[in-house]
Amino acid sequence: MSKKILIAFTLISLFALMLAACGGGGDEGETLGRGAILNRVKERGKVVCGGRTDLLGFGYLDDAGNNIGFDIDLCRAVAAAVLGDPNAVEIVPLTAADRGPALQTAEVDILSRNATWTSSRDSQWGNFTSVTFYDGQGFMVRKDSGITTIEEMGGATVCVTSGTTTEKNLADAFRQRNLDFDAKIFEETASVYSAYEEGQCDATTSDKSHLAAVRQGFAEPDAHVILPITISKEPLTPGVPHGDDQWFDIVKVVIYSMVNAEELGVTQANVDQMKSSDNISVRRLLGQEGDWGYSDLGLEAEALAAAIKAVGNYGEVYDRYMGPNGMAFSLPRDLNNLWSEGGLIYAPPIK
Amino acid sequence: MPSNQPDDQYTTHSEIPFWRDERVLRAAAQVISAIIIIGVLAWVTINFIQGANQRGMSLNFKFLGDPAEFPISDSVIPYDPSRSFGYAFLVGLIKTLLVSVIGVFFSTILGTLIGLARLSTNWLLSHLALAYIEFHRNIPLLVLLFLWYFPVFSSLPPVEESIQVGESIFLNERGLYMPMPRMNEGGLIWLISLILGIILAIVAWKVLRSRQEITGQSTYFAPISLALLLILPAIGWFLSSNTPLRLETPYFEGFNFQGGLRLTPEFAALVIGLTMYTAAFIAEVVRAGVQSVDRGQIEAARAIGLNHFRVLGLIILPQALRVIIPPLISQYLNLAKNSSLAFFIGYQEVFSVGKIAINQAGRAIPLFLMVMVSYWLISLFTSWILNLYNRRIQFVEH
Amino acid sequence: MSTPTETLRPPAPPGLITWIRENLFNTWYNGVITVLTLLLIIAAINTAVQWFINIADWRPVTEYFLLFLVGQYPQDLVWRVGLSLAIVCLLFGVSWGIGGELIQSFAITIATLLALAALIPVQIDDLTLPFRVFLLGCVLLLYLGFIFGRKKRILGLYLVIAWLIAIALIIFVLLPGISSVNLLQEVPTTLWGGLLVTLILAVGGIVLSFPIGILLALGRRSSLPVVKGFSTAFIELIRGVPLITILFMFSLILQVFLPVGSRFDRLLRALIAITVFSAAYMAENIRGGLAAVPHGQIEAAKAVGMNAFYINLFIVLPQAIRVVIPAIVGQFISLFKDTTLVIILGINELLGIGRSVINADPEFIQLQLEVYLFIAAIFWIISYAMSYSSRKLEQALGVGER
Repeated sequence: MSKKILIAFTLISLFALMLAACGGGGDEGETLGRGAILNRVKERGKVVCGGRTDLLGFGYLDDAGNNIGFDIDLCRAVAAAVLGDPNAVEIVPLTAADRGPALQTAEVDILSRNATWTSSRDSQWGNFTSVTFYDGQGFMVRKDSGITTIEEMGGATVCVTSGTTTEKNLADAFRQRNLDFDAKIFEETASVYSAYEEGQCDATTSDKSHLAAVRQGFAEPDAHVILPITISKEPLTPGVPHGDDQWFDIVKVVIYSMVNAEELGVTQANVDQMKSSDNISVRRLLGQEGDWGYSDLGLEAEALAAAIKAVGNYGEVYDRYMGPNGMAFSLPRDLNNLWSEGGLIYAPPIK
Repeated sequence: MPSNQPDDQYTTHSEIPFWRDERVLRAAAQVISAIIIIGVLAWVTINFIQGANQRGMSLNFKFLGDPAEFPISDSVIPYDPSRSFGYAFLVGLIKTLLVSVIGVFFSTILGTLIGLARLSTNWLLSHLALAYIEFHRNIPLLVLLFLWYFPVFSSLPPVEESIQVGESIFLNERGLYMPMPRMNEGGLIWLISLILGIILAIVAWKVLRSRQEITGQSTYFAPISLALLLILPAIGWFLSSNTPLRLETPYFEGFNFQGGLRLTPEFAALVIGLTMYTAAFIAEVVRAGVQSVDRGQIEAARAIGLNHFRVLGLIILPQALRVIIPPLISQYLNLAKNSSLAFFIGYQEVFSVGKIAINQAGRAIPLFLMVMVSYWLISLFTSWILNLYNRRIQFVEH
Repeated sequence: MSTPTETLRPPAPPGLITWIRENLFNTWYNGVITVLTLLLIIAAINTAVQWFINIADWRPVTEYFLLFLVGQYPQDLVWRVGLSLAIVCLLFGVSWGIGGELIQSFAITIATLLALAALIPVQIDDLTLPFRVFLLGCVLLLYLGFIFGRKKRILGLYLVIAWLIAIALIIFVLLPGISSVNLLQEVPTTLWGGLLVTLILAVGGIVLSFPIGILLALGRRSSLPVVKGFSTAFIELIRGVPLITILFMFSLILQVFLPVGSRFDRLLRALIAITVFSAAYMAENIRGGLAAVPHGQIEAAKAVGMNAFYINLFIVLPQAIRVVIPAIVGQFISLFKDTTLVIILGINELLGIGRSVINADPEFIQLQLEVYLFIAAIFWIISYAMSYSSRKLEQALGVGER
């Protein structure tokens, strides 16, 4: 008996040591260097993206099981720019608790998961690239409750999803106004909204884009109203791991190119024709002239053209899911319109 | 082959080489395994701390003093988001314990009833119990909780149309509101006298009863204990300046009922779901226990003329308990651990408070350690009780 | 000696009325209970049927059916999952042929489940005619394997090797794919989901935890204090916390240990955590089994001169395992149900896919009950089938009778 145990334990410990030795090289300085992520993406042949499969409009599934959504399309644009193939992405579904560590350990190349850019997250999780969606946290109440401001919600029951800035903002908003409230906190967003719809809460709070999405699915959408108040800024921004400036710049430039494309009138359909456009900015964007930085970034000259061809410009991606004929729901662009149309979407020129 | 015979020309004397000697091997095995285990553990811990620091995942517990800034619904002790993380964790822990204790209580009762129903001679009843057991044993608890919470509790009436029972009990989809006694200023004296009364009554019961068993003289231990139990608090009641308790009734204000005791649908769904789920397992344990009692015992008892209930109470249960208690306690432990699923239906117990806090404070590792330690403490406590019971009823077997 | 002039016929079996009288109404309170319960049952069934027919909208289930089965596995490559299923059915049939009674109940149960799935009378888009025929084909393969196994009587060792090769083939080649082979496009594990993942985690967890559980159980009974202490501590620590905390903690620890930028397959993480968790419970089950082996057996073996290793291998373990099989099946069932918790690692097993489906369309938020009932039904059917097989297996083994 003793010999057997001895052998067994020796083997197990050796195995554990080997596993840890292969896995953990944790003693060397462990941050990524410039170019590390691009290299591994090219080696792997695909971009690994942390996303969601259960958020309507931003990251969800179609009935064939494909990942679709606003955030997913951004990943596909990056894949198209870097590897030439928008389908060379692998979406890793991440829960709210997991997204920070996944980015911190660089398990994913991009975190495109409807994450709000805050200073603490910027310092802890990774680098946040460029805001792709300006959202704000708001409230939805029943029209016949007559509520129009937060001050009227003292003592109300509010349904909220757990584990996000939403809870915290809710608590802050009420605390600031010295009001009490009763929170019903759920893990799943679907539970939150069904609880609200059934009347278990007087109000529900979330990013206004979610509220719009969900309201459309209610039995009586018009019986509910999204209040025009915003209690917090929610700039939704894709993130990349700390330490690799080149990859940071790559993802940023893809986002900028999509915005510039909308400004310049380049669409998914006319990319090829626009390559011979008279407009110098268009030709630069599509890599026909000049160096927009691709040589330092290790990309092809027409990388941005490939990205736009794959998913379209910013407006097209927005409209695909959230436009008047959007697949998911429809939400007016408001802040998410181009700066020239009164919104906040502004990108540096590609040149 | 070991041999103690002296050397001579006829016998050869060989000693066991030390690499085959049992005693040496055992000692060596102990030493080597100790080195390996401790070595691996030490290496793992050191690398873990190093790795965590490198990735900016801090391991200290200082954040426990920072304000939590997230709400917890239905906290048993007063809580608001400005309290510290440590306090929020305590609130979660209390909620876990509350659900576990209540769940244990009700599931034992329900489980025993169903287990006995399963053994009933009424075909319909016994098969209904079988259906209940088979249903609950084969679906995941998470799905059961969802099924209870959403369709069932959501079909309660909205606040404006609450069902009213009597003067001061209200039932609506936000909860069941009942009057609850609350202490006034003089209440402390009364509370002390109540506790004193209970303790003295128990002591008197034990002492006087054992005295009665030893000496054979009746010491009236029952009436004396009862008197102590009633008189002491009554004295305390009069001693306190005004009425120590007042009844707080719920009243409607603004959006919800305020005051009184409130049972939220989340709590109710969790308790009901856990109870019904665990009761199915307890029913099987009870059934196995009752069936383990020798048939001869039951036949003899019936021969003496005891009726069904007496047979159950005097003959079957005491013997069945021996077989029932250990698995029963492990079911209780399962119930406590299963309460961690509460956060899916909106009840924040210790696991979900930990998760929320990780999101807010980012200190995943220390928080998670605290959560796991809480569960270990609960399970250690239950194991300790089980061991106490086992030792008391132990047969000494060779 | 007189022969009876007429042979007495045995009394006729009691008719329905007699049966009702004896089983349902034998005492007055039993009669009352019967009436009350009947009313309750009728009311419940009535409500359920009403809901089912009138109100329930099964769109999330019928439109996303394949998602529930295999998750996001590319639908044009699902034939590989089918092939894996066919291989498993064939091997199972052969095992049935060789193993006989041991495997019979499980094999019949699996065949019944497949046949039921093939013959669902509801119109489901993804459950096309070829699919149904394929499922029936799997049942046929099972039977063919049985015949083959019976006829050929292959040594058990060959069968074990065949299983190992088949599992390696499925897990490493068929399902994930190899990049160099055109026919086998790569499918990363992040796309695996639904019932496929649930089964992989449950079966993998139990099978892998078996040897570890044996080691731990033996370690706990060992006389070396260090080994015994370590095993006991390990078992008690793991059993003292809910699975969900182990999953989460394991993922965290792994993220700290791995070098920055590495990706430790998430499905593998879940599998390891589940295996470790299950090993602790398995160890306790086996320990119970070891204790059930009469001590006299060990003493006799020692008297004959066997050393400790052989005693364990040939005397103790075979007897212990026979006692332990019902407990192991019970553990498999609860592990199967516990796989729902891997949602926390972002893996979309059956319940996780249900969640994604609910959120895929704004109208589905009101249809949550249908989705959860469907998932509950799948779990229930499979778990009940397993526990039924286990009972039949116990009967076959004569557990409790000898």
